[in-house]
Amino acid sequence: MAMNSRLKFIIPLAIFLGLAVAFGIGLTMNPKDIPSVLINQKLPPLDLPPLKGRDKRLTTADLTGRITLVNVFGSWCFACLIEHPFLMKIRAEGKVPLYGIDWLEKNRDDGPKWLKEKGDPYIIVGDDPNSKAAIALGVTGVPETFIIDHKGVIRYKQVGPMNDEIWNKTIWPIIEELRQRQKEGDGK
Amino acid sequence: MIFEIGHFALIMALMVAAAQAVIPMMGAAKNNARWMAFAGPASYVQVILVAISFAALIYAFVSSDFSAKLVVENSNSTKPMLFKITGVWANHEGSMLLWVLILSLYGAAMAAFGANLPAGLKARAIAVQAMVAVGFYLYILLTSNPFIRLMPPAVDGQGMNPLLQDIGLAFHPPFLYLGYVGFSVAFSFSIAALIEGRVDAAWARWVRPWTMAAWVFLTFGIALGSWWAYYELGWGGFWFWDPVENSSLIPWLAGTALLHSAIVVEKRDTMRAWTVFLAIITFALSILGTFLVRSGVLTSVHAFVSSPLRGAFILVLLTIVTGGSLALYAWRGPQLKSPVLFQPISREGALLLDNIMLTTGAAVVLLGTLYPLFIDILNKFSGGTDKISVGAPFFNATFVPLMIPTIIAMAVGPMMSWKRSDLGPAIVRLRFAFVAMLLAVAAAWSISSGGSSVLGPIGMGLAAWLGIGTLLELTGRIKLFKAPVAESWRRFRRIPRSSWGMTLGHFGMAVAIAGMAGAGGWKTESIQVMRPGDVVNVAGFDFAFKGARQGRGPNYQTTIGTFEVTKNGNKVTSLYPEKRNYPASGIPTTEAAIHTLVTGDLYAVIGNKQKDGGYVTRLYFNPMVVWMWVGSLIMVFGGAVSVTDRRYRIGAPKRRRRPAVQPQAAE
Repeated sequence: MAMNSRLKFIIPLAIFLGLAVAFGIGLTMNPKDIPSVLINQKLPPLDLPPLKGRDKRLTTADLTGRITLVNVFGSWCFACLIEHPFLMKIRAEGKVPLYGIDWLEKNRDDGPKWLKEKGDPYIIVGDDPNSKAAIALGVTGVPETFIIDHKGVIRYKQVGPMNDEIWNKTIWPIIEELRQRQKEGDGK
Repeated sequence: MIFEIGHFALIMALMVAAAQAVIPMMGAAKNNARWMAFAGPASYVQVILVAISFAALIYAFVSSDFSAKLVVENSNSTKPMLFKITGVWANHEGSMLLWVLILSLYGAAMAAFGANLPAGLKARAIAVQAMVAVGFYLYILLTSNPFIRLMPPAVDGQGMNPLLQDIGLAFHPPFLYLGYVGFSVAFSFSIAALIEGRVDAAWARWVRPWTMAAWVFLTFGIALGSWWAYYELGWGGFWFWDPVENSSLIPWLAGTALLHSAIVVEKRDTMRAWTVFLAIITFALSILGTFLVRSGVLTSVHAFVSSPLRGAFILVLLTIVTGGSLALYAWRGPQLKSPVLFQPISREGALLLDNIMLTTGAAVVLLGTLYPLFIDILNKFSGGTDKISVGAPFFNATFVPLMIPTIIAMAVGPMMSWKRSDLGPAIVRLRFAFVAMLLAVAAAWSISSGGSSVLGPIGMGLAAWLGIGTLLELTGRIKLFKAPVAESWRRFRRIPRSSWGMTLGHFGMAVAIAGMAGAGGWKTESIQVMRPGDVVNVAGFDFAFKGARQGRGPNYQTTIGTFEVTKNGNKVTSLYPEKRNYPASGIPTTEAAIHTLVTGDLYAVIGNKQKDGGYVTRLYFNPMVVWMWVGSLIMVFGGAVSVTDRRYRIGAPKRRRRPAVQPQAAE
């Protein structure tokens, strides 16, 4: 009898402690992260025209054969401006080939102008004014960077600008692991 | 220099609070009168120190001191003076300082107005209040210090989000905090009572006015926020079930339950453990709200910029405060059980039902708010990728149906007597309310012409039931039409203020529900591109667009549209909606033009100019909106009247000073 009524008084504490644990876990997560459903799926067929004044198209063929990064950006995007010096560093270090998708430019001159002023870290840039590639890739904002493995499968999507910390903690380890797998040739 | 004084004063306030937390508590344990008496003066010193600190921060904003990091991040030299001041609490650090200022203010008020409290209870309660304060001072000083300098100083500030540069929104946080933080008093009294091991009618009588005051402020704060959203966001909506909005609603529901539960303790000396539990939970929910808003755990349009450290600190604080108090409750709670019984059909039964409904409502809203987080956690461990958001459809399907029986019961409860009552006579007394309800449903149904939602007519019906039912209780009490007018008048004048509180509170709720039913149930909306000379008809009103011109404000540029509104050829009003652009932040805002009629609001919004010279316009007729604000004010007024009831100040009984004997509650 006494135990029963005691239980009534302990239950709120128990529920609260459970909630506190949930909140603790919640603190380590980011609610704004929308997981990409394309992870471990093959890259959708891409064939983007070049930017004004250039001649190379960006196609799926460019993104197969080795581990590559695809960065979605726009000259209108403030966060891309912040990320840009880091992308130049990636280009300079030459560790991973970097390709770009210039998304939603209103004016065909804006993209080339921005790249000329700030510098061009990309091997090839595809022009995507109508969001064809963006929709196929499930882009939810800019900048976003995809890690594509040698078989053209999307392995990771970085939402938001990259920096040294994110690179060292997340991106580079994934690239290294993918390269290891490529060497071992397990073809997953 | 003044800025540093503010910083120093805050540190000293922490030290005073630490002393205030320990000395009176030990004094109460040892029955040392001098140590217990330390509580009062300590709380006064604490509040003065925090006030100095807050004043220093205001000074930094008002004088546009751009060597202060907070001022640089949140202010700008072109910002109007009023918003320089209100900008002090429009950011995380400043608003936390306001939070502790209010906490210490309540502590000092407990000391100042607690003349007829027994020394032990008073000392313990004020000590608990100080314990909570210590936690928050540490939080501010260690993770969210407003007094950080920026070297070298900036030339100008980054400005404040233009959405916040608004009078309604400027005063929304202070009232909300006076509300949430006010529930700390009931919390402190509950902890003190648990430590002492007894809760009685006298305790309830002390706790109620504090809870009522907090409730009054919280109701006003929520209504203010809702009103702001209505006129500023440009869609005519007033509640979005956003996690931060829910964080204010949940303690409000719990606080309302607490108010009613305390009545039962006071009048019948039962439901004691439950009331203590509610008091703990209500304040815990307030702190939980603070956690949800500032930790980044939930996505919300309201959320402050967060950092994991701040979130972690508040979580620890929440765990200590809530976990500690619930542990104390688990240990001491069983001692509070009362032998008093009552029949289910009685006023106690009605109040218990009300409590169950309100608490369930609060739990439902809490569940809906936290559900996305729970799913995310589940995904983390199971590798799933479902991401969900919970919004209006969930709450409309769960919370609203729960409130329907609650509102029906609200009219019946006051009609019932204590201990045991009969349902029949109560319902018979309400027959006019029943008729009114049917008429209202019919009228609403025909006006909305079958309409989009069945909730509109249901809401109007409930509003009529509750409103007329509350009036019937009043007329029954004064025996209107059953006794001579003089007798009725005599009874009217003798109605105690706390009863007026109930009448006004319930009636105000009815009016507000009518407003919500109308505004949610059958609003008319029309979106189109208009060129000067175009006329659009919305709900019987003709909106004629006369064109738009450019203008300029102190820190913004604006496009002002002109609408002439007529009905059947008669002029109703002119409307001047604006679309403003604030260069400092680059954020545009819409200023809707609203004309309020008793039956509804005419609401016009002007959007972007199109290439062909036309403008995108949104025109609305929002029925009954003003009833929501009026209803809220009536509730707030009723609560304020109740707080001033003489019983709480004079005649609250002193406990007999014989610890061996259970104190008797004097009626």
